[in-house]
Amino acid sequence: MKTSLDFFLSGRSLPAWVTGLAFIAANLGATEILGMAANSAQYGVYTTHWYWIGAIPAMVFLGLVMMPFYYGSKVRSVPEFLLLRFDKGAHLLSSILFAFAAILIAGVNLYALAIVVEALLGWPEWVAIVVAGFFVLAYITLGGLSSAIYNEVLQFFVILAALIPIAVLGLKKVGGWDGLSDSLTESRGADFMTSWGGTGIGSDNPLGANWLTIVLGLGFVLSFGYWTTNFAEVQRALSAKNLSAAQRTPLIAAFPKIFIVFLVMIPGLVAAVLVPKIGTSGSDLQYNDAIPYLMAQLLPNGVLGIAVTGLLAAFMAGMAANVSSFNTVFTTDIWAKYVVRGREDEYYVRFGRLITAIGVFASIGTAFLARSFSNIMAYLQTLFSFFNVPMFVVFIIGMFWKRASMKSGFWGLLVGTTAAMINYFVLYKQGIVDIPSDQGANFVSAIAGFVAGAVVMVAVSLFTAPKPAEELQGLVYGTTSPGMAEPPAPGDEAWYRKPALLGWGAIVLAAACYIPFSF
Amino acid sequence: MSEFYSDKDVQREVTELQGKSATAARLFDIRRIIGGLFVVYGVIVTIAGFTASDADIDKAEGVNINLWTGVGMLLLGLFFLAWLKLRPAAPPPPGEEETVE
Repeated sequence: MKTSLDFFLSGRSLPAWVTGLAFIAANLGATEILGMAANSAQYGVYTTHWYWIGAIPAMVFLGLVMMPFYYGSKVRSVPEFLLLRFDKGAHLLSSILFAFAAILIAGVNLYALAIVVEALLGWPEWVAIVVAGFFVLAYITLGGLSSAIYNEVLQFFVILAALIPIAVLGLKKVGGWDGLSDSLTESRGADFMTSWGGTGIGSDNPLGANWLTIVLGLGFVLSFGYWTTNFAEVQRALSAKNLSAAQRTPLIAAFPKIFIVFLVMIPGLVAAVLVPKIGTSGSDLQYNDAIPYLMAQLLPNGVLGIAVTGLLAAFMAGMAANVSSFNTVFTTDIWAKYVVRGREDEYYVRFGRLITAIGVFASIGTAFLARSFSNIMAYLQTLFSFFNVPMFVVFIIGMFWKRASMKSGFWGLLVGTTAAMINYFVLYKQGIVDIPSDQGANFVSAIAGFVAGAVVMVAVSLFTAPKPAEELQGLVYGTTSPGMAEPPAPGDEAWYRKPALLGWGAIVLAAACYIPFSF
Repeated sequence: MSEFYSDKDVQREVTELQGKSATAARLFDIRRIIGGLFVVYGVIVTIAGFTASDADIDKAEGVNINLWTGVGMLLLGLFFLAWLKLRPAAPPPPGEEETVE
């Protein structure tokens, strides 16, 4: 650990398979595992949308299109890219919004952990929150991003070792896939076991969304916002050792992502068969309890221990990803640029450790805040629609339209965030427009934030000065900066390391996965 | 920070730090950690599989799940150790970082 770059970005030195697995593990947190199983018990096979259309296209886009600009421009964080592309206003606003969101999301992960520890080990929630917080604090302060990433890679495999036995035994219990399918078709209707059934515009389905809001709201706006501009994810790719490895990071992650849906969806569906009243007042079990319930029902001692370890690992991964991205943005983007500038590098490493501790304590606070929301997955998606979507619109326009002016970044971000919040708090919560579910409202907030941000950016750009062309080299599509033309590393010519092949392969595979669930 | 904080400033700063960075040279290889841990876990769970009681097997729908999971984890651990053995991480030659940049 010699420099701040070691602490915040692992010295830009990691191989692609490590960053790729860390990329997927950072996403495979507690909220993902419990939340998506809950989603499946509630909505059925619609859950596949969060994976095949709601993740893969965005991950491939990040790897193939955006990564050359991120990695090639040598920025250390997502807000730093906005500083180069727009101005200090956009930079400071995005840094603050991101730091705020990261702490809220870390708190959600911490709270989810506490729920499970309470259910499985009987610890009171607050003890679990504090103990887990200190665990994450210890390893990030000591090793910085490297220890977070190494833990994530290890956790990825432990999580698989936990989920595969649950899914396999769960299926066996309900008579295999056919038994599962028949019994749910009978109790919940045929659409429950399909991805697209009942999603025609105007038709009624439990998700409260039609194919258009799924494709635009989830598949485009929410998903691209999360995967391409959420620094907790992008940071993993920025720590890769060269441009080719950085591009392959999200592409390598895409392949496990396509199949992980089965490991979280099957337990959710099995729980819906075994406990037909799950999530209603007729049962003690909440949707979120699907996986812990199956663990207790099916796993003997031994594998049960692995499964508990895997879940705890998942919770820490999700929290650590947010804390390690928070300390980077707070130190390099807020503190080192606006508060205490120009100190020696060691100072910023020390400050990074301090702010990690503060971040963990703040997350303990937001964990208690998350407790006041009944459905943590919906809460999380609400946060994404507020914070990630406006960031994404500013990014996408800034990256593809060189006329977008310096001032437009700030205003696009501000108005986009405000519009998403107004849709949620005023239009939806006050009942001014009628949207059937929280998740459906999140899709609409996302689209509202995106459209408002885009319109404002275009309007502001037309009336303010563009950034000089020479300042935009390597930041806007169609330009390259001198730093971007790295020679390929030895071995990167191999066909299986070609980003385009990996990316398009993932898209084709995800599309093919839809086929058996579409009719 | 001057009025324009341009990409050249960031690039210079990051390139300097990357030259000084020590991570690449002293990274312990994660394959050893994953391999070691999964071999240990795998052995423990496999033993639990061999000594499984009828109650354990009945609970898991008649499958000796400890045995299968244990063997799977053991194989994964051995795979990582074998990979490490066959393709050890080459220490980066001194000065390589600078020439790449």
